[in-house]
Amino acid sequence: MSIERSERSERPTIVLCPGGPMLVRGEAVVQTQDGATHRTTRPVSAICRCGATSRAPWCDGTHKLLPKERRPD
Amino acid sequence: MRAPLPAPRGAVSKRLLESLLGAEDVARDVVDDESGPERDPEDDALALFVLHELHYRGFEGVDERWEWSPRLAPLRHRLETDLENDLRARWLASGATVPEAGAAGGHDVPTLLAELVAAEDGPSLARHVQRHATREQAESLLRQRSLYHLKEADPTTWVIPRLESGPKAAMLEVQFDEYGNGDPARMHHRLFEDGLRASGIDAGYGRHVDEASTEVLEQNNALTMFGLHRRLRGAAIGHFAAFEATSSVPSRQLSQGLARLGFPPEMCAYYDEHVEADAVHEQVVLRDICAAVVAAEPEQLDEVLFGAWVCLDLETRTARATLAAWGAA
Repeated sequence: MSIERSERSERPTIVLCPGGPMLVRGEAVVQTQDGATHRTTRPVSAICRCGATSRAPWCDGTHKLLPKERRPD
Repeated sequence: MRAPLPAPRGAVSKRLLESLLGAEDVARDVVDDESGPERDPEDDALALFVLHELHYRGFEGVDERWEWSPRLAPLRHRLETDLENDLRARWLASGATVPEAGAAGGHDVPTLLAELVAAEDGPSLARHVQRHATREQAESLLRQRSLYHLKEADPTTWVIPRLESGPKAAMLEVQFDEYGNGDPARMHHRLFEDGLRASGIDAGYGRHVDEASTEVLEQNNALTMFGLHRRLRGAAIGHFAAFEATSSVPSRQLSQGLARLGFPPEMCAYYDEHVEADAVHEQVVLRDICAAVVAAEPEQLDEVLFGAWVCLDLETRTARATLAAWGAA
């Protein structure tokens, strides 16, 4: 039981994926550069970090089509 | 109405389908066709698909007791053993390299899986639909995809009880999203059903099995086999990872292609949903499911990579066969 508890307590709510998006767990409202707000609708959401998504602010997998040096750290 | 039984494609499926029309408790053993050592891959694939469907929604007019009938067990065992042996032989022959297990610090499982996915360079049905497919071809593809998409996420759900708490919680996060986050109208298999209906295609469960190619049947069979066998849990999550990791970009291409062909917004919406959803699922499955399982059970690494390779290989075979049938290869 104690292992399970500590696992849960250390579970991150925001995760930066190498070369990919930022994962956000739970409900959040994201404000984009244009001032528009977007409410998350999933248990986990992926926010674009490469700037190439066609569905901002959400990741659409486009980072995988970019050369490695243009992907986020 | 439940799914109708499909038409037989050879001696094995004919004997099976005839048996299923009778009551389970008075039936004779459904023995394998022993007419010779020659196997017919199409006949075998349909027979295994039918056996697996007894675990999902069943068939109209078929006694539900057949699902766990010992009379079917020998045939199912033979078909699954043959399928697994074929897949493992192809995986070994593919030359895909599996790193030595037990290296200090363990393996970067997400990177290994991402590299396996990136190395796959087979033809893409999504790209063909995006730019070149006819309406007739796209409709045929949707009907064949309906074998899986109308039970989307269900084969993977079998794996949940086999996982420890960490990966289990992560899988539930993904599956809850697949199942519409509690809203039946947002359930992915329901989105596909709505899309088919709006496109004028029969959206009933199991209506298009007769049209499915051997390759499409094998895709479904491998997925269900991985889900139903605890022993194959590593392959099941590896398959899940590769499936989610190869979904976002092709879903965008399919949505664009279907819009180009004048399909209704409901059909495109199914694929639009997958552009975003699977970009999330990919990350969660790679890191919180596959990496976590391998960290706890390092010997599962080979199995995870095997499952991922099977997903990629079967999709490539389906794409080749479909494009060839369309004269587009």
